[in-house]
Amino acid sequence: MNAPITLSRVPDTRVDLLLIADMIPSRSRVLDVGCGEGDLLHVLSTQKDVDARGIEISQAGVNACVTNGLSVIQGDADIDLVDYPDQAFDYVVLSLTLQATRNPRKVVEEMVRIGRHAIVSFPNFAFWKIRLQLLTEGRMPETELLDEPWWETPNIHLCTIRDFEELCRDLNLVVERRVYLNRGGKATWFSKIESLGNLFAQQGLFLLRRA
Amino acid sequence: MTSQPVVTSAGGQPVDQGFSVELGHDRPLRLDCGVELHRFTMAYQTYGALNADKSNAILICHALTGDQYVASAHPVTGKPGWWERIVGPGKPLDTGRYFLICVNVIGGCMGSSGPKEINPDTGKPWGLTFPVITIADMVRAQARVLDYLGIEQLFAVIGGSMGGMQVLQWAHAYPERVFAAVPIAAAARHSAQNIAFHEVGRQAIMADPNWAGGNYLEKGTVPRAGLAVARMAAHITYLSEPALRRKFGRKLQDRNRVTYGFDADFQVESYLRHQGITFVERFDANSYLYITRAMDYFDLAAEHDDTLSLAFEKTPVRFCVISFTSDWLFPTWESRDVVRALNAEAANVSFVEIESDKGHDAFLLDEPEFDRTLTGFLNGAARRRGLPA
Repeated sequence: MNAPITLSRVPDTRVDLLLIADMIPSRSRVLDVGCGEGDLLHVLSTQKDVDARGIEISQAGVNACVTNGLSVIQGDADIDLVDYPDQAFDYVVLSLTLQATRNPRKVVEEMVRIGRHAIVSFPNFAFWKIRLQLLTEGRMPETELLDEPWWETPNIHLCTIRDFEELCRDLNLVVERRVYLNRGGKATWFSKIESLGNLFAQQGLFLLRRA
Repeated sequence: MTSQPVVTSAGGQPVDQGFSVELGHDRPLRLDCGVELHRFTMAYQTYGALNADKSNAILICHALTGDQYVASAHPVTGKPGWWERIVGPGKPLDTGRYFLICVNVIGGCMGSSGPKEINPDTGKPWGLTFPVITIADMVRAQARVLDYLGIEQLFAVIGGSMGGMQVLQWAHAYPERVFAAVPIAAAARHSAQNIAFHEVGRQAIMADPNWAGGNYLEKGTVPRAGLAVARMAAHITYLSEPALRRKFGRKLQDRNRVTYGFDADFQVESYLRHQGITFVERFDANSYLYITRAMDYFDLAAEHDDTLSLAFEKTPVRFCVISFTSDWLFPTWESRDVVRALNAEAANVSFVEIESDKGHDAFLLDEPEFDRTLTGFLNGAARRRGLPA
């Protein structure tokens, strides 16, 4: 039922998106918040028969999605999640978007309200290269995931894996799964150890639900 | 009940006038105003072929001054169909794939029962004795045509402007009969500004002495001036200031300088006058009163304590809501209100705002992004519905 999606079947899709797709059972109801051009939605609807919907802030992204037959609306995670009823979806996904929201805490709360499960991934600001750049150069770090200069980045609320764990505790959320990803977006061998993950992972991927 | 394809001559050219069917004998049509119609005629046009399991039908709902001649020559003007741009083989509304139906709205003037037609009980034109109709009545009457055609469920209902209002009404009133709905440049309620513009048009018609209290057909007059002015005022609302500037600016009409008089010095005046004059040739003044009134009365949320989402409770319909950036008659925020209401029901909805400077009429004009959106949405819905590619 939940067969892993292999790279060869969807060659152009980000590896971390495939990991997310693997977490989602077939035929579920999914909302992808910040769905971009619809890569994840496409994988989910074509390979897992998922009832997949998306919200995307950029009009170009929305038009690309709808042109490809995906159900996507133009909207903003900070504004539009409140419209949805409780537990309307099986999974609500926010992939590498949390750090660009104005109120990440509220967004996560809304996600676990409208979805039975929430899947959140974000760049880990405690990644060792970031720490090193800040320490040695004294300047805002730039990495593969965070590749824009400070004055034009949309990423206004960066956090570390440890910070996010703390937010989950504050919000009384159950972390069903946590995956630490390397620069290629693949799960790493130290996936079980938080302190190593916080230092060596480029991004954190969390499967959450309300307690 | 009868239905006959009529082929007659207009200006020497054979013109397909489409079909018309008389309904109501077995089941009267109960209108919102309380009147029951025991005999009413619906005129419609079809394109493409209905498949064996009748699953490929798309209903196109026309706008205020539109008609059923979507992709075939207008029998009065001889002009090409109003949506020929996107209806045809290989086009977004592909006649090789879908069976397209467009019904002249009840209250209209292109063959369906309306103020211009003869009241079967009196043998005289209805005029203002025709009952006031609503958007819901238009949709009820269309549903009867589909009953007559034996179509249980439409694959899609599509329409712009007043057509989009009908699409929303379809999804509200017959959710089980609509697989996908595409309201374009529309709203779930008519705004105060739009009611105001309609009132200007109606007053222009009624101020024309030739309107004769609505009895002009019996008097043998035509309220040309009034109807033309109504059209001119309305036409401005279909455009945008940038489009007017781009098309006309302050350019003069066939002259080098202003004439210090009230002739059409400016091209934009000449254009509007032309719009007014040609409209009178093809449209009935009383129909204009009735149909604008139907739009004014439209408010889907009203019967649900102003909570629009309740009009779409647990809707199974797939929606694609489309608006245009420069449309100030049905601005994007009105489409967004519909989307928010649908989100509150966790409905399957797509929403696209198309960048265009062409105003409200953009849905009738060349907008490739709009075509791609419509094609993509229909393809996705067709896959879900199991229609062959």
